[in-house]
Amino acid sequence: MHWLFEPGIWSNAAVRTGAGVGVVVATVSALVGLFTVMRSQSFAGHALADVATAGGAGAGLFGFSPLAGFVIGSLLGAGAMEAIGVERVRQRDVATGVVLGGATGLAALFLYLITLSSSSAGSTQSILFGSLFTVSNSSFGVIAVVAAAVCLALAALGRPLLFVSVSPDAARARGVAVRRVALAYTLLMAVTVGLSAIVIGSVLSTALLIGPPAAALRLGRGLWTTLALAVALGVGAVGFGVVASYDSYYWWPSHRALPVSFCVVALVVLELVLVNVVVRTTRRRDAGARV
Amino acid sequence: MFSSFMTNAWIVGTVVALLAGATGFFVVLRGSSFAAHAIPNGAFAGAAGAALVGVTPLVGLITFAVMASVGIGASRRHRSDVATAMALVMMLALGAAFLSLSAAYEPQVEALLFGEILGVATTSIAPVVIIASLCAAALAVMYRPLLFNAAAPDLAAVRGLNPQRLEMGFMLTLALGAALTVPVVGALLTFSLTVGPPAAARLVTRRPGSALVASMVLSVITLWASIAASYQSNLPVGFFVGSLSALAYVAARVLTQWRGRRV
Amino acid sequence: MSAPATIVDVRGVDVELGGRRILTDVNFSVRSGDFTGLIGSNGAGKTTLLRLMLGLVQPTQGEVVWPSHAREQRRVGYVPQKVALDVDVPLRVRDFVALGDDGHRYGLRRRTPDTWRRVHDVLDAVEASDLAERRIGALSGGELQRVLMAHALVSAPELLLLDEPLANLDPGATEDIVSLLARVREREHVAILLSAHDINSLLGVMDRVVYIANAHVASGPTDEVVRPDVLSKLYGHHVDVVRVHGRFLVVTGTTSQEPVAEHPDLVVE
Ligand SMILES: Nc1ncnc2c1ncn2[C@@H]1O[C@H](COP(=O)(O)OP(=O)(O)O)[C@@H](O)[C@H]1O
Ligand SMILES: [Mg+2]
Repeated sequence: MHWLFEPGIWSNAAVRTGAGVGVVVATVSALVGLFTVMRSQSFAGHALADVATAGGAGAGLFGFSPLAGFVIGSLLGAGAMEAIGVERVRQRDVATGVVLGGATGLAALFLYLITLSSSSAGSTQSILFGSLFTVSNSSFGVIAVVAAAVCLALAALGRPLLFVSVSPDAARARGVAVRRVALAYTLLMAVTVGLSAIVIGSVLSTALLIGPPAAALRLGRGLWTTLALAVALGVGAVGFGVVASYDSYYWWPSHRALPVSFCVVALVVLELVLVNVVVRTTRRRDAGARV
Repeated sequence: MFSSFMTNAWIVGTVVALLAGATGFFVVLRGSSFAAHAIPNGAFAGAAGAALVGVTPLVGLITFAVMASVGIGASRRHRSDVATAMALVMMLALGAAFLSLSAAYEPQVEALLFGEILGVATTSIAPVVIIASLCAAALAVMYRPLLFNAAAPDLAAVRGLNPQRLEMGFMLTLALGAALTVPVVGALLTFSLTVGPPAAARLVTRRPGSALVASMVLSVITLWASIAASYQSNLPVGFFVGSLSALAYVAARVLTQWRGRRV
Repeated sequence: MSAPATIVDVRGVDVELGGRRILTDVNFSVRSGDFTGLIGSNGAGKTTLLRLMLGLVQPTQGEVVWPSHAREQRRVGYVPQKVALDVDVPLRVRDFVALGDDGHRYGLRRRTPDTWRRVHDVLDAVEASDLAERRIGALSGGELQRVLMAHALVSAPELLLLDEPLANLDPGATEDIVSLLARVREREHVAILLSAHDINSLLGVMDRVVYIANAHVASGPTDEVVRPDVLSKLYGHHVDVVRVHGRFLVVTGTTSQEPVAEHPDLVVE
């Protein structure tokens, strides 16, 4: 195990907190993301991270708490998308695009004003890519509480949401308030994405929201198995990604560590590719056996 | 505002806006906004890679944009949004790795995202015009198949139109446009122009040709207004482009709703 | 006058989908000018057969032959039962109909006045001229159906395939569409193959019938196919064919060989 865990990795407090937060965020993202993938809302899931960033920049400018800025920004974005119209898939695409375009404009303004007032270097990059290793111990508690609340709400919403996602017409016929369920879910997704965007950056946020659930869905099992698989794949990618990033410091003579976001994303993509290859080859073998 | 220093901004801005308006018409038609966002944003990571390897940024931009478009274009139609998301995060993560390995400067990254339209060099005018013309020609050739496939994909397939090939052609056109416009005006600005004005344009007319022209005109007006406002207020162009594009769409929606029926 | 030319010949075709046999040893042909009804209950394989003819489904046995190369030359029109149509696309009805002629072609060829004349001609043929300037997304189901017919007709096909155009229509509308199709056949000199689950609405216009049941088909002139002996063989068990007021009633699932009733107007064949 020595080759895997470089000496001293767990005695580093930043790494410990980072890994803990990463596991929490990966779990919530996997649970919420399963419905994002099923409902083909990946674009909204990703766009909300950028919209949340604009909120975070606004909070920085006006002196609010960044976490509140991210979550409120994301919620406002989700509300705007829903208000523009989400009945048909292509309408949803346009609604998401318009909100994203507007929000990035605001982000450009806020970031510009921030650099005018404080010349805080490094803001763009840390907003885009975040860094698990810079999460403070105090925000860990807040993040855990919000994450738990999201999970509870998802559990409450789960059954009608599944119904609406699988067959909206049948759900409507049975008297489910399809629009309201969809709105509730989008807001839930917004909180999740806002949370993960501030902690791990918008790139990693999207990767963890979409990748593990997509891989789990590809394996095609029952709902509970799929949820468990998605969580396992997400947490696994974060865990090994953190370790790989820490270890990579020793990989090059120059001692430049690979960013955590890169390691985690690479693992998520690897998982998805492997699952696709495995599923495809077993399907082909099954088809061959039948003939 | 029309000093010689600003001339390049007006010229390049107009060309980019015309292209974004034309491309955006099809992007909105096909529901490809996510790809239109992912390709330029991912492409910017290529510039970081180019810096690491030591080649000109354009090579990195084109390589990454083409890689992204091929990945997205080749994905199964079902859940292609997942493929787009994965292509995007993979490229951005690679960009992060390149940056950390090569110690490139933050301001360069920021410039690629938000653009430097007010500081366009005279030497970048010719390449922008050439690539924009190429993209426009490609779109013109694909005009009817794109329209047909977007309106009724099954019927188009029955008539022998290969949707995979069409999607690939369109994605490559997006990639070509992105690779060239990103370093000049930034990934974010192009995207705003690609969705807002075209989505507004198609609400106000039911003729495909008019919608295309309206989309281009609206896009140019948005950009001109943004450059002027930015010049006057000293605030970033990207802010005005983003908010005016969104505003154009909202205005068109309100207008059609107020008129009570769609044209 | 020479015998009408064969447009398409389906020869000994088997089709399997998802490992299940859908069609077995299908043989029939369509000649120019024919009005053929493709009859079968829900799930019998009508759509599959039409898609087979269009080359969208491959046979596991046999072949579909187009002696006049109509399919290669895209001279087959198709009106599917369900169309996934993006209603937000800025497209007038006439733009959409014109795409039936050139929508699959890459390139910059300008549309000539001839193209537009042809578009208005087919819209007139399906009695939908007044819809020409409407937005495609703003049509009712019945209006859209006519527009889809015009879209299929605009390239002057030799054969028009329609999948269940009469489903979900009330009796009056059914009659309208059937007589419209009869007029279209005359005016456009096009052969028509139309699938339906009810044979009776087509009796007045149909020359030939292709009857699907139990994965097999029987084909020929209506009177030679819709008979108890032919259909019983198709279904694999006894079937009664009842005639009331010149209409057919096919009674499956009866085990009795007795006449079903003694009504004076009822002829049990
Ligand atoms: N892609 C497919 N894979 C497997 N089975 C199919 C497929 N398409 C149709 N079927 C089956 O083939 C049968 C015939 O279907 P279809 O041709 O649509 O019938 P019809 O049009 O007469 O109602 C049905 O039992 C249907 O379930
Ligand atoms: Mg059918």
